[in-house]
Amino acid sequence: MTAAVKVKGAQRTGVDWFLLVLKVALISAICAGLLAFIAQQIDPGNAFARWTHDGNEANRLSGDQYKGLIVTGLSQGAMYGLIALGYSMVYGVLGFINFAHGEVFMLGAFSGFIASTQLDAAGYWEGNAFIPSVIFTVLLAVIVSTTAAVIMERVAYRPLRGSPRLIPLITSIGVSFFIQEATKLLFGPGAKGYPRPPEWFSQKYSILTFEIEGSKIIVLFVAAISMAGLWYFVERTKTGKAMRAVAEDKEIAALMGIDVNKTIVTTFAVGGAMAGVAGILWGLLFKSVIATTGFLPGIKAFTAAVVGGVGNLGGAMAGGVSLGTAEALAPLMLLEPLGVTGVTQLRDAVAFTLLILVLLVKPTGLFGERLSSEDRA
Amino acid sequence: MSATIATDTAGQGMPEAVSKGAFDLDWANVAKSGSIAALIMTFIALSGMPDGLDARPIVDGVRVLTIGYLTLFAVPLAFGWMIGNEVVLEGMVATKRGPRDLVAGAAVGALGGVGLTLLVVLMSNFDLRDPLVNWSPQLFNLLTFDSGVGVGVWVWILIGAVLGAIGASLRLLPAKIRRAVIVMFLTVVGFSVLQGLIDDIVGNVGETIRDPGRFSEFFGEGDTPRPRVDSVFDPVINFIYSQTGGLKLVGAIVLALVAGALSLSGRGRIKAAKASYNAKTGPERTKQTSIMIGITAVLLILLPFFSGKIVNELLANVGIFLLLALGLNIVVGLAGILDLGYVAFFAVGGYTTAVLTAPKPGDAWPEWLPTLPWWGALLVTVVFAAITGLMIGAPVIRMRGDYLAIVTLGFGEIIRLLFLSDWLKGYFGGAQGITNIPAADFGPLGTVSGVDPRSVFYLVLVFCALAIYVSWRLERSRLGRAWMAIREDESVAEAMGINTVNVKLMAFVVGAVLASFSGAIFSAKVGSIFPSSFLILVSIIILVVVIVGGMGNIMGVIVGALVLIGVLGGPKQPGLLQEFSEYKLLIYGALLIWMMLKRPEGLVPNVRRSRELHQDEFLQDAWLKGEVDTDDEDGELATEVAPA
Repeated sequence: MTAAVKVKGAQRTGVDWFLLVLKVALISAICAGLLAFIAQQIDPGNAFARWTHDGNEANRLSGDQYKGLIVTGLSQGAMYGLIALGYSMVYGVLGFINFAHGEVFMLGAFSGFIASTQLDAAGYWEGNAFIPSVIFTVLLAVIVSTTAAVIMERVAYRPLRGSPRLIPLITSIGVSFFIQEATKLLFGPGAKGYPRPPEWFSQKYSILTFEIEGSKIIVLFVAAISMAGLWYFVERTKTGKAMRAVAEDKEIAALMGIDVNKTIVTTFAVGGAMAGVAGILWGLLFKSVIATTGFLPGIKAFTAAVVGGVGNLGGAMAGGVSLGTAEALAPLMLLEPLGVTGVTQLRDAVAFTLLILVLLVKPTGLFGERLSSEDRA
Repeated sequence: MSATIATDTAGQGMPEAVSKGAFDLDWANVAKSGSIAALIMTFIALSGMPDGLDARPIVDGVRVLTIGYLTLFAVPLAFGWMIGNEVVLEGMVATKRGPRDLVAGAAVGALGGVGLTLLVVLMSNFDLRDPLVNWSPQLFNLLTFDSGVGVGVWVWILIGAVLGAIGASLRLLPAKIRRAVIVMFLTVVGFSVLQGLIDDIVGNVGETIRDPGRFSEFFGEGDTPRPRVDSVFDPVINFIYSQTGGLKLVGAIVLALVAGALSLSGRGRIKAAKASYNAKTGPERTKQTSIMIGITAVLLILLPFFSGKIVNELLANVGIFLLLALGLNIVVGLAGILDLGYVAFFAVGGYTTAVLTAPKPGDAWPEWLPTLPWWGALLVTVVFAAITGLMIGAPVIRMRGDYLAIVTLGFGEIIRLLFLSDWLKGYFGGAQGITNIPAADFGPLGTVSGVDPRSVFYLVLVFCALAIYVSWRLERSRLGRAWMAIREDESVAEAMGINTVNVKLMAFVVGAVLASFSGAIFSAKVGSIFPSSFLILVSIIILVVVIVGGMGNIMGVIVGALVLIGVLGGPKQPGLLQEFSEYKLLIYGALLIWMMLKRPEGLVPNVRRSRELHQDEFLQDAWLKGEVDTDDEDGELATEVAPA
C-alpha cells in the first residue's frame, strides 16, 4: 500500500473514478438484491420477481430453510475460521502469505480419512466408541498437520527469511503444488470417502427452534473449544506472549531474550494444529476428501483472515464465520432474487467478490490489522 | 555467495588446505543427510515414479538403466556430491580433498539405501496397498530386481554406497574432467529422452537429402505420396538407437565418448566466442546479432517441414505457452507484479475469438452478432483483453504485492466460474463450452487449424516473434525502465516522478493483450473451448516457466518454455516425456521451491534482476575488495562498481 497515501483534496485520477464506480456498483447490486429478496419474501409474485424470473413466481425462502442456511454457513465458517488462524498468525509474524496452509489442512483431512477407515474396519467408528475415536482422529490429524507445517517452515521458508516479500509467497505456491501432487501420487487421485458415521450423527436436533444436524453441532463445538484453547495459549501463556512480541517487532523481541526462531516454529505449529482440527471438521461435514481439497478452503480462509483483519486472531475467526454465512446466504438472498440461475455454482465467486470488496472498501479488515510496521509497508 | 568470496580472496594469501583422516568426518551431518536421502528415496519409490517410468529404457538391454531406476539412482548420486560441499569463508581453513570425501559419499548413499531396504522388508511383511496405491508387487519386484527379499535387503545399501561414492568422486576430479563426465552423462540421458524428436527430425532430413523431390511435397503439391526412401542418416540412427526404444549399448558408449571429447576440446571456444561477441560494440555487434537472428529464423521456418505431426503439435503447444509466458514476463519479470490470475486474459482471448468466429456460439446472443473471420475477431479480442486488463488491474493496483497476488487469483477463478455457470450458459455454453469454432482462414496464405499443427506453429511463431520484439523494445523504453524502477522500489520510483498507477496498469494491459493473442490462437487450434482449459493451474505453470527460465529475461523465458512445456508438457498437453505427465506437476512444484531457494534469478538470469536479488552479496564482495567506503553504510555507489 505504499502508494495509497491519499492527500485530501488531491486530484482524483481515472483509476479513482473507476474504483468509485466499481464500489458503488457492487454495493448497489447488493442493496438491489436485498430489496428484491425482501420483496419476494413479502410477495413472491411481485412485478420485479416476475420480470427477473421470466414471468414465474420467485421461490420464497421458508423460515426453516433460512435457519438451515445459517447453520450450514456457521459450521463451514467455523472451519474457515480455524484455517484462517494459521494464515493470520504466520502473516502476523513473518509477513507473507503461506499459500501452502490449505495443504496443511488437506493433510489433516487425509490423515483423518486413513485413521477413520482403519478404526471403522476395527469396529470403533460406531456406538459408544465413536466419540473417543473422533477425538483420537483429531489428535492424529493435529500431529500430522503440525509436523507438516513445521517441516515446511524448516525446509522452504527459513532459508528465505529476509528476502523480498514475494519470494516466500512464490515458494509457498510451489510447496502447495508439491504437497498436493505428492498426496495424489502416494494415495491415488480419487476421492476418499470417510466411513459412515452412526445414526445419531446425521439426525437433526432442535435447539432454540434451529434444526441442527448432529455433525454440525460437533463441528461448532470442536471449533469453539479449539478457539478457546488458542485464545488461552496466545493471551495467557509465556509462549503466546513471545509470539505476540515477535509479531510486533522481531529485533526488539530478540533483544528481550526471546528465541525468535523457536517462536516462529511455534507459530507454524499452532497454525498447523488448528488446520488439522479443521481438516477433521471437513471430513465430518463433507465425508470425503481428495488431494485438491485444500486449495479452495485455503484461499477462502485467507479471504476470511483479510476480512477479519490480518494478524487479528479474533478477527480471523469472526471473518471465517462471516464468510461462511455470506457464502451460504448470498447466492439465495442476493443473486436468486435478481434472477441469476444456477446460483449455487457461484458460491466461490461470492467468496472472491467479498475479498475484493473488503480490500476496496476497508483494506485493514473489519476488526483491524495487527501487523508490525515493517509488514504494513 | 560464500563460495564467491572464497575464490575472490583465494589469491590474497589463504591458508593452505589441511588434510584430514579418511574417517575424520562430521558424522552427525552425514547421518542427517543420509536420513533425508532415505526419506526421499522411499518417497520416490512410493510415488510410483520408478514403476511408471520403468518401461522407458535409457540403454536397451541393460535392465537397470531405465528412467524409472534413474529416479532412484539420482538420489544417492546427488547426495554423495552434496555432502562434499564445504563452505569456506574468509579466515577458515579448507580441507584437502581425498578418500575422506569418498567415505562420506558412500556413507550417505548407504544410509539412503537403508531406507529402501526397510521399505523392501516392510513390503514383504505388510500389505499397505489400501492407503498407499503404489504398494504393489510390481514395485516390490522392481526394488528387489526380481530376485526376492534376500537380494533386496542388501542390494540397495550396496548400490547406495557405490553411487554415493561416485557422486563424491566427482569432487576429486579436476574441474575440466568433471565437466566432461557430466556432459557425457547428460548427453546419454538426453539422447535417450529425446529419442522421438531426434529420430523424427534426423530421419526426415536424411530422406529429403536422398530424395530432394520430397521437399515439394511439403507444400501440398503432388497428389500421390512419394515412395518412402531410406534416410541418409539411417545407419547412424540405427547405430545409436535400438528398435525397441532406448540407446544401444555400443551406441551409448560411443555417444558418451564423442560428447566427452567435444566437451574437453570445445569448452574454451564457446566461452571465447561469447566473450568476443560481448566485446563487440556498435554496427559490428548489430550485424552479428542480425545474422544470428536470421539463421534462427530460417531454421525455425524449415524445422516443421522435417518434423512429424506429433513434434509439430508439441512445437505449437510450446509456442502458445511461450506467448503466455512472454506476456507474464512483462507483468512479473519487468514490473514485478505477481499476477496469479493471468489465465483470465487467456480465457478472455479464447472466448472472445470463439464467440466472434463460431457460426452459432450460443442461443442468448442477439441476431446482429457478426461472424467474423479470425483476424477480424483478433482485433476485437485485443480491445476486449485490454479492457479486461484495465478492469482487473485498476482495483488491485494499489494493493500490497501479496494481496494483489491472491486477488488476481480470485479474479481468475471468478472469470472461469462465470464462463462455467448456468447463468451465462446461453452465451458461453457452460461446461459444454463453445464448439464448432472454424479454422482461421488467411486466404492465399492458407488456413490454420488443429488438424494441421504445422500451420498453427507458423501462426504462433509470428506472434511469438512479435511478442519478443515488443518485449525487447519495451524493456529498453521509458516505460520499461519505469517498470523496473517500480520493481526495485515503488516508493522511490514514485518520488522520481513516475506515475506508478498508470505505469502498472500499462503492464497489465500489455500482458493481457499478449495473453489474448495466445487465447485466440488456442481457440482456432483446438476448435472448441471449455472452462476446464482455464484452470488456475495454467497461471501457475506459466509462472513456473517464467521463474525457472529467468524473470525479466526474454531468452530465459524461451528456454524455460522449451524445457518445461516441451519436455514435461503443459497443463493438459503432453510433452516429449509423455510418461512423465503424471509426475510433471510434482516436478513443477519441486522446481519452483528449488529455484526460489537456490537460484531465484532463474536459469538464464537477467543481470540487473539478479543484482537486485543478491544485493547483499554484491555489497559483501565489494566490501571485501575494499571498493566501499565504510562510512557509506548503504553502499549505493558500490552496487554500480561491483562486477556482475
